[in-house]
Amino acid sequence: MSMIELEINGIPVSVEAGTTILAAAEQVGVKIPKLCYHSDLEAWAACGICVVKSEGSPKMLRACATAVAPGMKVITHDPEIVKVRRTVLELILSTHPNDCLQCGRNGNCELQTLAEEFGIREVPYEKRVAEIPVDNSTGSIVLNPEKCVKCGRCVKVCQDMQDVWALEFIGRGEDTRIAPAADVSLNESPCIKCGQCSAHCPVGAIYENDQTRPVWNAIEDETKHSVVQIAPAVRVAIGEAFGMEPGTLSTGKLYAALRRLGFDAVFDTNFTADLTILEEGSEFVKRVTEGGVLPQITSCCPAWTDYMEKYANDFIDNFSSAKSPQQMLGAMAKSYYAEKAGVEAKDMYVVSIMPCTAKKFEVGRDDNMSSTGFQDVDVALTTRELARMIKQAGIDFNALPDEEADSLLGEYTGAGTIFGVTGGVMEAALRSAYYLITKEDLEDVNFQACRGLEGVKEAEIDIKGTKVRIAIAHQMGNVEQVLDKVREAKEKGEELPWHFIEVMACRGGCIGGGGQPHGATDEVRLKRTAGIYSDDEKSVKRCSHHNPMITKIYEDYLGEPLGHKAHELLHTTYQERAVYKK
Amino acid sequence: MAYKNYIMVCTGTGCESSKAGQLYENLNAELQAAGVEAEAQLVKTGCFGFCEQGPIVKILPDETFYVKVTPEDAKEIVAEHIVKGRPVERLIYKEPNADKTPVNTDDIGFYRKQFRIVLRNCAVINPEVIDEYIARDGYGALEKALFEMTPDSVLEEIKASGLRGRGGAGFPTGTKWGFTKGVEADQKYIVCNADEGDPGAYMDRSVLEGDPHSVLEAMAIAGYTVGASKGFIYIRAEYPLAIDRLNLAIKQAKEYGLLGDNILGTDFSFDIELRLGAGAFVCGEETALLASIEGKRGMPIPRPPFPAVKGLWGKPTVINNVETWANIPVILLKGSKWFSSIGTGTSKGTKVFALTGKINNSGLIEVPMGTTLREIIFDIGGGIAGGKPFKAAQTGGPSGGCITPDFLDTPIDYESLQAIGSMMGSGGMIVMDEDDCMIDVTKFYLEFTVDESCGKCAPCRIGGRTCYNILDRISKGKGEADDLQKLKDIGHSMRKASLCGLGQTAPNPVMSTMKYFEEEYRAHIEDSKCPAGKCKDMLSYTINDKCVGCTACARVCPVNCISGEVKQKHVIDQDKCIKCGQCFAKCKFEAIDRA
Repeated sequence: MSMIELEINGIPVSVEAGTTILAAAEQVGVKIPKLCYHSDLEAWAACGICVVKSEGSPKMLRACATAVAPGMKVITHDPEIVKVRRTVLELILSTHPNDCLQCGRNGNCELQTLAEEFGIREVPYEKRVAEIPVDNSTGSIVLNPEKCVKCGRCVKVCQDMQDVWALEFIGRGEDTRIAPAADVSLNESPCIKCGQCSAHCPVGAIYENDQTRPVWNAIEDETKHSVVQIAPAVRVAIGEAFGMEPGTLSTGKLYAALRRLGFDAVFDTNFTADLTILEEGSEFVKRVTEGGVLPQITSCCPAWTDYMEKYANDFIDNFSSAKSPQQMLGAMAKSYYAEKAGVEAKDMYVVSIMPCTAKKFEVGRDDNMSSTGFQDVDVALTTRELARMIKQAGIDFNALPDEEADSLLGEYTGAGTIFGVTGGVMEAALRSAYYLITKEDLEDVNFQACRGLEGVKEAEIDIKGTKVRIAIAHQMGNVEQVLDKVREAKEKGEELPWHFIEVMACRGGCIGGGGQPHGATDEVRLKRTAGIYSDDEKSVKRCSHHNPMITKIYEDYLGEPLGHKAHELLHTTYQERAVYKK
Repeated sequence: MAYKNYIMVCTGTGCESSKAGQLYENLNAELQAAGVEAEAQLVKTGCFGFCEQGPIVKILPDETFYVKVTPEDAKEIVAEHIVKGRPVERLIYKEPNADKTPVNTDDIGFYRKQFRIVLRNCAVINPEVIDEYIARDGYGALEKALFEMTPDSVLEEIKASGLRGRGGAGFPTGTKWGFTKGVEADQKYIVCNADEGDPGAYMDRSVLEGDPHSVLEAMAIAGYTVGASKGFIYIRAEYPLAIDRLNLAIKQAKEYGLLGDNILGTDFSFDIELRLGAGAFVCGEETALLASIEGKRGMPIPRPPFPAVKGLWGKPTVINNVETWANIPVILLKGSKWFSSIGTGTSKGTKVFALTGKINNSGLIEVPMGTTLREIIFDIGGGIAGGKPFKAAQTGGPSGGCITPDFLDTPIDYESLQAIGSMMGSGGMIVMDEDDCMIDVTKFYLEFTVDESCGKCAPCRIGGRTCYNILDRISKGKGEADDLQKLKDIGHSMRKASLCGLGQTAPNPVMSTMKYFEEEYRAHIEDSKCPAGKCKDMLSYTINDKCVGCTACARVCPVNCISGEVKQKHVIDQDKCIKCGQCFAKCKFEAIDRA
C-alpha cells in the first residue's frame, strides 16, 4: 500500500492512499465536525458540515468524501470555515423541531451535540418545520419525518448495506423527505424491520416503537404473572447506556435489574438458544442422514425470515422450521413453566428484552407464534427501551450486585450465548451436530472459521468422515450472493456449495442489532463480540446438549427433539409474502 | 435535375408552435396545385435563430427572407414567388432604421456579427436527411479521424483547439478526453448531456433539431479517441422533436455504416442509445445525470473521482454537452489552428446565446468569444424594445448573475464573465430595462433553483428556500434591516458548502444583484418602495380628482373593486385590489395614481 504525505493544519501526516481527509485528520488528533457521515457507509456527502480548505483549491472540500493527495495542505478550521459550518448548522436547525426534551435521542443526538459544540443559542433564520405524519405502521420502527435532517444514512443503510430498498428519497428541494418508494406506509413497503435505519439515524427521526408502557402496566397488574427473558446480545451492550465500555458483560446486573423492576421471574433467552440447537441441530442431522432439502438455512433472525418470505421465497423449504429462541422461550413459559408454577397460560405475561426491532414484529408474525392459544411473547422490548425503564425506576445499574436467573428457563451454555454474534448459531449447531452424528464430544469446540466481521464466511467441517460445508452471511446485503450460488448449483444440477447456511440481518449479528444502544461501528461491534466470546469461554459447559436443564425439559415435558410436543410448541411454517403489500 | 428554387421552412420548435408545420403542408399542397413541384424543392430546416420573426421561410437562390409567415401565406408565396418570380414584398423582413432591405441574409443586422460554427447547418439542411449533412462535409471528420489520424493525434488536435465545455463551467474538453483515454478499462462510455434546463435556453435543442448528425459524429470521434464503443445521449423528454430527429439520425447513420459495428469498414465500432430524462434540472449535473442513466434517482455525488475516470457504472466516461459536441467535427476538418484563431486568449471558438427579454431581436445567436455585450444587445439584438434605457443583462441562467451598463464593453468569455460576478453558463441571456425590478428577477431565478434542488445537501436545500423567503418578504415591503447580511451569510455558505454546481451557483443571482443594485434592495427594505414599480405588494392605486367618471377603469377591473356613478369620481376598494394595473393602463385622464 502506497503512503501519501500531506499536511493537516501544518502537521505532517503520512497515510495510506485512499484515506479520506476526515480519517487522516483523526490520525493526528484533529476532529472535524460531521453529521451525515457514518463509518459503516460510503460517504454520501450531504450535510456540508465537514467542509475544509485545501491550499490551491478555490472550493471547500468535504473531508468525509475527499481522498488525500500527495502534498496536500489542508486547513480544517479557520474563521471562515467555522462560519460556513455554523450557518449550515443554523439552516438545519431552522427546519428541525428542536423539541429535544421530548425526543428519544435527548442527550444522545449527533445534531444536539453539534449545536452544543457550536454554541448555538438562537437560530437567525425563519423556522420551517414540515408537518408530515408519523409512520408507526410496522409496530416495530417509527418514522418521524419532522425530525429528519435528510442525512441519507437510513436510505444508504437500507439500500446499500441491507439491500432491502424500503426507504428512498421522495420529492424535491425542501419537500425532499425519506419514505418508502411510491409513498406507501412502512408496513406496506419491503421493510424487514431490522431497524438498522434507527441504529444509524443521527437524530430522533427513526426509532423503535416504544412499548414500555404496557410492560409497566403488566408488572403492576397483580392478576398477571409477568416473566422476562434477555437475549444473548443484550448483556454485552446495555452497559453502554450506563457509561460502560462496549462489550462489558452485564448478565448478573441485568437479572438483578429486571427483578427490581418487578418481574415475577427472570429467564434467559440463552436457555432456549440451547433448545433451538437441539431442535435445529436434530433437524439438520435428519436432513443430512435422511435426505431432506439442503442446504438448511437458519431461521432465528426475524428480519431475515421476513426478507426470505418476500425476496427469496424459493428457499422456504430450506428454512429450519425451528422457532427462534425468543419464541421458544415464550412458548415454554406459557406451557411448561406455567404448569410448574401453577399459573394459567392466560395469566402469563412474557416480556423479552431484545437487541432487535424485528423481534417486535416476530411476536405477532402469524398464528404459529401463539402455540398455547396465547401469544408466546406478549411484548418485545429493545435494549434501548429496557435501559430507559431501568433509569425510570431509579436503579443504579452500575452498583447492582450480580444475580442469577430463575430456574427452569434460565440456565445456559456457552453455545447459547454465542447466538448473539454472526457465526454463533452455526458454531453452536456444529458443536452439537458433531455429538448428534458421532455420539462423541469435540475436543476443541472453537470454530474460528465461523467468527469475525467478514460479510460471508465459509468452512468445511469434517465430522468423522462426513464433510459438512457451511456458509455464514450477516448484513442483509451480503445474502443474495450466497443464495445465488445455491440457485446456480441447483439449476445446473451441480453439487450444492453448502449444507448449512446461517444468516443474520445485521452487521456483526445480534450484537449489532437495530435495537441496541446507538453508536455501533465496527470498533464497537468487535468489542461487543469479544464480550460474547468471553461469556462462552468462561462457561463450564459450552455445548447445548450439555445443558442439564435442556435434558430435563425433554425428559419432563417435551419428549424428544422434533417430537410431537416439540413440533407443536417449538416449530413454525413460512409463506410467500408480497414485497409491496399495496 | 436541378430545382429552380429552394424553399427553406424553419421547423424548429419555436416556429412549429407558430404553425410552421401547417405552413409546410400548405406550401407542399400549393406547389402541387400549381404544378411546380418539380421546380421548387421544399426543405424542412432547423432553427434560423431569428425566433422573434418566426415562422421564417427563406427562398434560395435569391435569399428572400420571409418572416412571420402564416399558413395562409403559402398560396401567395407559391403563386407569386415560385410561379411568377415576384417576391411577396409584405412578407420580406424589413430592417428597422435602415434605408433599404438587405439582399443577403448575412447582411441583416441580426446576422451580421454572428459567426456560425455550432449552428452551421441549422436552417441550411434538412436534418431528417443524412445525405444533406454529408453534402455539407458531414462525417468527413469521422472519416478523417479513422483513416488519417490516430487516437493520439485526434486528442492533440482537440487539446490544441482550446475548446472548453459549453455546458457552463468551461473545463477544457481535450483534457477531459485525455483523462478517460489514460485510464485502462474494459469498457468506457461517451455521454452527451442534452438535459438542457436553464429557463430560456434552447441552443442544445436547436442543434439537435437542426443538425443531429453533428452530435452523433462527434461522439463517434470521441469514442475512437478514448477507446469507447458505447454512447448515450441523455435528453429531456420535453424535447420530442429533438428525440424524433435523433432517433431518425441514429437509424440513418447505422444504415450508412457510420454507426454500429465496423464503422466505414474499420475495426472501430460505436453505438449510441438515447436515455430520456424526466425533467429534473439537477440531472444536468454530470454525476446526477449518470445516476439517472443507471436508473437511480438523479442526485449528485462528490467529485473526485470525476466521471472521466469513474463514471457510468463505474467506468471511465467522457461527458460533454450538445454545443461542445457540435464543435468537434469542424475542429477536425478545419484544424485546431483555425479554431483557436477565433475568440479570446483563454476562450476559443464561438458561443451560442439565447437572447431574450426587453430586446428587439430575440432569438438564438452565435458569436465569436470576445464579442462585447454592447454588440450583442445593440447590433445583433437591435437594442432595447421600446427604447427605454438598458438596465442589466442576466447571463448564465439560474447560476449566473447580472451585467450592468458599466460592463457593456467587456469582451465576453469565461473568465471575464466570472470576474464581473456572472458566468457563461449554458448561454441564456435576458436583457432588462428600467421597468424590471432586480429583486423580482432574482426571485424568479431563485425560485427555479429552490424547486429544482435535489434536496440532498443542507446548504442548497434549506439555504435556497430561506433566501427565497427573505427575498419574497423584501418584495412585499416586509424586509428587515439585517436581511442583506442574512442573504450574504447564507449565500456564502451555499457557495462553499453545497455539494454540486447547482447549489454552489444558486446564490449567484442574489449575490450579483446585491452587489450591483444594493440601492434597489435598500429602497425595498428601508422605504418599502419598488423603484421599477414591479413589486405589486408595494403598490397602491388610487383615483384622483381628474376622474371624469367614464367607467372605463371599472369595466376593465378583473375583480370589480372599482365603484362609482357615471360622471362621478370613482373609488378603488384597496382591500380587494389585486394591483394588476389594468385600470392604470386604461385611464385616459391620468386620474389613477400609482404609488
